[in-house]
Order: sequence, then C-alpha cells, then structure tokens
Amino acid sequence: MREKRTPRTSSRLEKILAEGHLAVTSECGPPRGSDGAVLEKKGAMLKGYIDVVNVTDNQTSMTRLCSLAASIRLKQAGLEPVLQMVTRDRNRIALQSDILGAASFDINNILCLTGDHQSFGDCKTGQNVHDIDSMQLLQMVRQMRDEGLFIGGDAISRPPEMFIGAAANPFADPFEIRVPRLAKKIAAGAEFIQTQCIYNMEKFEAWMQGVRDRGLHEETYILAGVTPFKTAGMAKYMRSRVPGIDVPDELVKRMSDTPKEKQAEEGITICLETIERLKEIEGVCGFHIMAIEWEEKVPEIVQRAGLYPRPDLEAPGQEPAKVATS
Amino acid sequence: MIVGQQKPLEEIWEMVKDRKRLLVLGCNTCVAICHEGGNKEAGIIASLLRMKAQKEGVSIKITEGGIERQCEEEFFAPAQTDIDEADAVLSTACGIGVQFIAAFWKDKPVFPALNTTFLGGVEQIGVFSERCQACGSCVLGRTGGICPISRCAKRVLNGPCGGSVDGRCEINKEIPCAWQLIVDRLKELGQMDRYEELSPLQDWSKDRAGGPRTLKREDL
Ligand code: SF4
Ligand code: SF4
Repeated sequence: MREKRTPRTSSRLEKILAEGHLAVTSECGPPRGSDGAVLEKKGAMLKGYIDVVNVTDNQTSMTRLCSLAASIRLKQAGLEPVLQMVTRDRNRIALQSDILGAASFDINNILCLTGDHQSFGDCKTGQNVHDIDSMQLLQMVRQMRDEGLFIGGDAISRPPEMFIGAAANPFADPFEIRVPRLAKKIAAGAEFIQTQCIYNMEKFEAWMQGVRDRGLHEETYILAGVTPFKTAGMAKYMRSRVPGIDVPDELVKRMSDTPKEKQAEEGITICLETIERLKEIEGVCGFHIMAIEWEEKVPEIVQRAGLYPRPDLEAPGQEPAKVATS
Repeated sequence: MIVGQQKPLEEIWEMVKDRKRLLVLGCNTCVAICHEGGNKEAGIIASLLRMKAQKEGVSIKITEGGIERQCEEEFFAPAQTDIDEADAVLSTACGIGVQFIAAFWKDKPVFPALNTTFLGGVEQIGVFSERCQACGSCVLGRTGGICPISRCAKRVLNGPCGGSVDGRCEINKEIPCAWQLIVDRLKELGQMDRYEELSPLQDWSKDRAGGPRTLKREDL
C-alpha cells in the first residue's frame, strides 16, 4: 500500500486516495435532452461500485445537458460527482461563476480540460472561446480555493473547496514532452490525473517510468484510464478515427478474430487484463473506467477486477475528522 | 499581408444585379499577391459579370479600374473619375479597403467582392497560410517564434492539447499542430527547458475583445 497523505478537501476521492486505496472512478455522459431521470438511472447503476463519477462537459462538442446541472442531480441521487469543465465554451467570468455555482452545492471535485474542437460536434459553425487553457484553469481554481481570490484579485466569500484534477494523454505527440507536460500540470495545480484510455501498455509503461524518474507520481495521484471495447468495429474506429488514442493492431486483431456474439465478452476480458497489468505499475493510484454508453458493465468490471467492495469512509475509525454531525 | 478569397460569382451577382453603372475596383497591394483582388483580378471579375449580365438579359454598364491601395485616402485620386461615373462600386480589396472606399464616397454603395480570410504569408507558390491574429500582445518571444494564437485551433498557450498526433492538429491532418512546431523549434534552439514555463493568462483587452483598436502617432 502507498504511503498515506493528508487530504486538503472533503472530497471523497481525495480521502480514498490519501488513505492509500486504489480509487475507482467512472463517467456519466449527460443526455441530449432535459430528462434528468436518465442521469439518475445511470447513477443508480454505478452507485456503490465507484468512488466518484465524472460528469462530462459536452463531450466531443455535441450539445448536451450541462455538466453542472447533471453533477447536481447526481449528487442529489447520492453519488459524488467530478465536475468536468472545458475551456472551449466559457470565458473566465463564466468559468469562475460556474465553479462557485458548483461549490454552492458542495461539489468537491473538478476536472479541468480544454475540450475537443467544436468541429467534431453538432455546432461546427460555432465560435470557440478559449479565453484560458486547461493549465490556466487549474491555476485559476487553485487560486480561488487556496487564496480565496477571484482572477481579478477580489476576495471570494466562502471559496470553493474542490479537489482539482486534470487529464493526461501519454499517447499524444510529441512523446518527449508528455512527462514535462504532466510536470507542468502539477505545477499549475493538478492534484489528481485521469489518463486517456490505455491500450498500448508499452508506451504507458515508458511514460510512467519517466513520471517516476522525476518523482511526479508522489506529487499527484494518477488514475489509469480504461475503456472496454464493445465490438471489433469500435476497436477499429478508436484506432483510426479518435485523435490521441493508441490502439495496437494486435488488440484490433484479437477483437476481429472473435466471433461477433463473443466480442463484448472479449472486450471485457481485455479490459480486465489491462487493469491487472496496471495494478503492477508503481505510481498508478486507481482506475478511471470509461464504459462509453455501456455503464451497466462497470459493476461487473469492478467486481471481476477485485476492486469491490469500495472503501467505506463512513465506517467508524476510517473517516478522517471534520465531517458534519448534523 | 492580408489574404482574401473571391466570393462565389453568384453571391457577387446577387449584390450588384440591380445597379446600372458598376465599377469593379481592384486593390493592387496585399490581395494582389494572392491573385484574388489585384487590378488584374478586378478586370477578370468585371468580364465575368458582363457575361453573366448578358446571359441574364440584364442591362448594367460594368467598368473596371484599380488603385495601389484602398486602405489609404492618399491613393484614391486616380479612381476619382471612374467612381464619379459609377452608381456603385464592387471593391476587390480586403474588408478594410471596402470600408475606406465607402467612407470616402459617401453617396455610393460599395460591395465586397472578397471574403477577407486571414493575415498570412506565402508559404510556397500558390499556398498562403495564416500566421497572426493581431492579438495585440505578441507571445512569439516565448514560443520559439511560432504563433499559438493563430496556428493552434484552440489557441492554447500551454499546449499541445491531447489531440496532437504525428505533428498534425486534431481538427485536420492537413494542418500542422502549432505546438509540435513550437516543441521542435525550442529543441532546435536548445531551449526545451522553457517548455515548462507556464504561460500566464493572456491579456485579451488588446485583442478584438477589447473593442476597436487605434494607433496614434503624434510624430506623423
Ligand atoms: S502572438 Fe498575437 S501578435 Fe504575435 S503573431 Fe500571434 S496573434 Fe500575432
Ligand atoms: S492539435 Fe495542436 S494545433 Fe491542434 S488544437 Fe491541439 S494543440 Fe492546437
């Protein structure tokens, strides 16, 4: 087990990581409509099997119900959300304002992202904002939390108390700056990292080696991203169509060589094998399981990966002090 | 220089078809370099419009003319007679030229023949590409002389984003990733240690966001 660290916020994710447990996170994409019940249904599927759930922010630039409202709904349904925020659609006023909105509902986790380009989505002719970038968003949230100050320098009454995360893609180019880039995100304020989904294990291991060489794994918590293939078609699509995802040919072949009706099972098997290998890598503090439109499989993956039951922070003796008694 | 691209002839036609005497006025500086709006191209557009008018059976007198620069009044004199004789001007200048012509000849409608596309340079013969968005607070000194504001699709100041693959931008394999170029260049300069310097928030008040910009030189 890793050495314990002291949590700085009341985030459940931070507490679990600080205690030295392997954390399990997943994600929930809000619907393309206003039916909040969809979120409650997805949330109910995940509840108890994961520690926190990421709520995506108009992912791939498709317009959806907003991540802030979806986070609030999931919180009200008893899950702990990680509010994802991209810098594509909001300027610094809107970002700070939404962070305060989230903090007013005691949303304790945020993931700072740049966001996919709008040309991938349903508003290709729209403007993008990019007033600040994801590194600057990290710095901004840190300043709001740690100094209690807006970007403009004024004091915030009741500053947000958020555990602050960022994404890292060990597979994007140029490879030689992938570790320096992580160092830069940590310097900007990233306390936890969720990686892009991992299929190319050699490349990931090389990256983690570089991360450990600089001691970065002790300055942040790294959660390894995994996504099970549902079909061989999906593996092919991810290999050739999704920028920044690296799927080795042998995995595509393994999926294609499997009869259609067994492909889903094979996808889960590959995912479980990946998790087993990742557990062996020093510096991996948990898993971010992104089962795209396949949330119902998350409980099975968590159980079969030996990650169930999840740590019970409410249990006596396990809870760090300072939790409300009312 | 400013790069522009001719609008489709149909779109131009819709703007000008109800005029009686139209002058197509070229601008022989920036937009002549990309062969879209120089005096020669103004002549070609005028011919195409005459053919179009004939085909549609519409009677318009279409003439052509041109000056060196439409963004500065000092260059307007040679166009005076041509413009006096016309009841409207189709300008093949960039948006700046169109506006200066319109401001000078207050009684004449002026139409744009081009879409003004970007500030760029000649990459190779026939290829023009964007290099600057006139952000008003240049960061080139920090980025190895490569502009992340005009050349990165998300204008990230601490790039690259996660979509950079094989040196190409996530939006299109034809477009080089600005941050790959920056990293390559910093490497060439032996300045890779600078990569980890965090770029502070950009001051966009000097950019479009701050409202129309003016430069006043008391010495001129
Ligand atoms: S940083 Fe600004 S001024 Fe400098 S080249 Fe880029 S857009 Fe132009
Ligand atoms: S791939 Fe490169 S150029 Fe394209 S948006 Fe990302 S950082 Fe910018």
